[in-house]
Amino acid sequence: MNVCVIIFPGSNCDRDIKLALQKTAGFKVTMVWHGDSEVPKCDAIILPGGFSFGDYLRCGAIAARTPIMRCVVEKAKSGVPVLGVCNGFQILCELGLLPGSLMRNSRMLFVCRDVYLKVENTDTPFTGSFEKGDVISIPVAHHDGNFFAMQDTLNRLEGEGLVVLRYSDEAGAITSLANPNGAQRNIAGICSSNGRVVGMMPHPERACEMVLGNTDGKLFFKSLKSALTV
Amino acid sequence: MINILDCKITPELVASHGMKPEEYDQLLVMLNREPTITELGIFSVMWSEHCSYKSSRVLLKTLPTEGSCVIQGPGENAGVVDIGDGDCIVFKMESHNHPSYIEPFQGAATGVGGIMRDIFTMGARPIANLNALRFGDPKHPETRRLLSGVVAGIANYGNSVGVPTVGGETDFDSAYNNNILVNVMCIGLAKTEKIFYSAAKGTGLPVIYVGSKTGRDGIHGATMASKEFSFDSQEKLATVQVGDPFAEKLLIEACLELMAGDVILAIQDMGAAGLTSSTSEMADKGGVGIELNLDNVPQRESDMTAYEMMLSESQERMLMVLKPGCESSAEKIFKKWGLDFAIIGYTTDSDRLVVKHNGEVHADIPVAMLVKAAPLYKRPWIETSKPEFIPTSTISTPSNTIESLKLILSHPQGCSRRWIWEQYDHMVMGDTLSRPGGDAAVVRVHGRDKAVAACCDVTPRYVLADPYMGTKQAVAECWRNLISVGADPLAITNNLNFGSPERKDIMGQIVSSVSGMGEACRALDFPVVSGNVSLYNETENQAIPPTPTVGGLGVLRRIDHMVNLAFKEEGNVILLLGPETGHLNQSLYQQIIIGSLSGEPPPIDLLEERRTGDFVRKLINSKKVFAVHDVSDGGLLVSISEMSLAGGKGANLLEYNGNLSTQGVWFGEDQSRYIIEISSVDSHAIIKSAEEAGVKSRVIGHVCGLTLMVGNEKIALEELRMVHEKWFSEYMN
Repeated sequence: MNVCVIIFPGSNCDRDIKLALQKTAGFKVTMVWHGDSEVPKCDAIILPGGFSFGDYLRCGAIAARTPIMRCVVEKAKSGVPVLGVCNGFQILCELGLLPGSLMRNSRMLFVCRDVYLKVENTDTPFTGSFEKGDVISIPVAHHDGNFFAMQDTLNRLEGEGLVVLRYSDEAGAITSLANPNGAQRNIAGICSSNGRVVGMMPHPERACEMVLGNTDGKLFFKSLKSALTV
Repeated sequence: MINILDCKITPELVASHGMKPEEYDQLLVMLNREPTITELGIFSVMWSEHCSYKSSRVLLKTLPTEGSCVIQGPGENAGVVDIGDGDCIVFKMESHNHPSYIEPFQGAATGVGGIMRDIFTMGARPIANLNALRFGDPKHPETRRLLSGVVAGIANYGNSVGVPTVGGETDFDSAYNNNILVNVMCIGLAKTEKIFYSAAKGTGLPVIYVGSKTGRDGIHGATMASKEFSFDSQEKLATVQVGDPFAEKLLIEACLELMAGDVILAIQDMGAAGLTSSTSEMADKGGVGIELNLDNVPQRESDMTAYEMMLSESQERMLMVLKPGCESSAEKIFKKWGLDFAIIGYTTDSDRLVVKHNGEVHADIPVAMLVKAAPLYKRPWIETSKPEFIPTSTISTPSNTIESLKLILSHPQGCSRRWIWEQYDHMVMGDTLSRPGGDAAVVRVHGRDKAVAACCDVTPRYVLADPYMGTKQAVAECWRNLISVGADPLAITNNLNFGSPERKDIMGQIVSSVSGMGEACRALDFPVVSGNVSLYNETENQAIPPTPTVGGLGVLRRIDHMVNLAFKEEGNVILLLGPETGHLNQSLYQQIIIGSLSGEPPPIDLLEERRTGDFVRKLINSKKVFAVHDVSDGGLLVSISEMSLAGGKGANLLEYNGNLSTQGVWFGEDQSRYIIEISSVDSHAIIKSAEEAGVKSRVIGHVCGLTLMVGNEKIALEELRMVHEKWFSEYMN
């Protein structure tokens, strides 16, 4: 099974997520340069974290307008699973594949720490192996992760069950104290209406080895494997 | 023909270039004519303290720089040490003190950018950054602004480039009010057979400029770094460079891609003194001349003069010499990454640096004059007098141990630095095995079952009281911190921050400090492989405390040798290893609880240091140790608190019944000490083997519950955590 990771100038979690895909689920991984016009035949696409194009203009804005993106959008529309992590999530919002946007953290500071997340949607290709309501711990590392959308968009997301992950405390309570960036309704990750496109601020690829602290991130990649195997 | 601009070389112009009259006379004699303005600029930066090390070179030569692990000692862009299996580590520390004071965000950011370039210039991928920061009194009106700017600048640059910032240290002292210190360290990983050097050997070879365009920023940065500050230094804003981490990221990827092939003969980053210093260094080391045609330099602004281009410190630029015929394949890589690539000159057999612009010669100088013939000073110095000891009996001290502990842990000097390191992406690259907050950071060698450990250390209050002993302590603490995470210490880099060497007392500090460093490095087999000297750290005649920052590197041959400071298991024994004399002079206790520092810093017996460290290392490798922490700032009880907080486990500590004062036992800062957590089953045998190895030991207590108990006093861990975490975020909010 082949997963494509798109590399932009300034991507810096591309190597990390490639390893996570290979090691936790045995995927074949193809790195694809942003300047290419075609995404090779693949079973899923990943937009990795980092600072594509230096975060200039707006985070993800320039990456969303690179040649490869036309093809990514086509593939997404045809149902190929797409995961955007951190900067990848920002790019998905800039592309319009996901609603809302990621604003500067409410404390105006970059934040790098482990956070607890409550898994609320297990119908996506990336979360199928979780149980609804699971509380997991994964690191965040971003300056612009403060999810914002208009009230009606938020209500639609909630109504259709498109909120995938929410910042919570260890017990799963959704509190403002557990929210690292001021995101509306503690939203850490959402998906498209058909569930095939998922964007999340936390970095699952950083939580795939016990020696690095924890392994809760593995299930995202294992979920993908199961989803593609069925 | 030499172009003599309208600009007349007056004594005032010479002085404004930071050049002493006698140095200018020396220049005239060597050159046998008056220099052009461009030449004056070139000489002024190459002969500045920052580039020439003219006051410290003689002393630095006394430091031990060789060892079995050393592949490259001082003199290159960075030091290189062997870590086995064909892998090596390239590392160095550098200061960006003055720029960071003028413009904290950009000053600190470009410091990080500059040190990373030193590392990847040598063919290494940067894998970790560390920093050592010194700020003024928290009550000083500028401190918050400087602190938040510096931290944001470091975070912005490192996070964006995608290199984890894994550790460091931060201090506050009013003596840094008008001269903060920003020392940054970078560690890179390379293959031993793929290290790149800066010597441009061979003539007629193309000299290539890659990276960002040249602008007018940072002109005279190196000269600025070689002068005292005055309060009008704020007007020097234009001498601070502006960083672009995105360009640096592209430059790293492009350079490493090019280095994977076999096309580069020599490479040098453009750091301080930009084109001037990089061309001079490459030519000098290669024994060749270089002729530059500045018309071909990629420029960001129009109508730049030769003077401006030669002195610009625009960031994210490199110079390299390629094998003939490789230009087009190299250019393709840089174009792919959207970076400039230009042939700006050739190596020659003339041994001269010739600078042409618009068809005219603006400089024509023998390279040796710029480098080898730079001034060298053996400056006069006087020994630092021993500080007076004020007996503590004359001062009333609180008898309540836990109250004292709380005061120390909540003090700006003793509290948690989480507010800082949570702004650094310390996990990117997926190899951070030990996150900030421990004794040393541990970073895995990518794809291998081994790791490197690194830390920065110095205790300026010790060095101020006794530069010789205090610097020995800095080296020893660094060594100890590496041992504490399970590493074999290998080598150090240093960053010697002092006031003006033209003052005898400051020069005395430098002399004693370097002497102490040399002695400690020799005793611990811990050679110096790279470093940086930052002098003239003073404002309005107020010098900073002498601050010789030591950056240590160690290797863990196997990842499972790693150990941390967190208490692990209920009931385990807490054992103190090392001497116990209750030394409170120059301690945090004295500073915070008593309210003033006096007396001599804790002495170090390097043989005991070595013996104790070697014993702990053996014990760690035998897997008998659950947790290790060295005893440093704040003493025994502070260290135990840190172990408790890290592990979320309390401790029951025995009441002390010996001859020393209770405060001395709990808060004394005797050196060469470790606290280890061991199982009660093993404790007897370990104590016995310590005795056989000549290492002192004492059972302090055991791991227990969720409370820290000291005799009949106690504090809940949750309260202790709040006390420890509170100050920083409240101060910065």
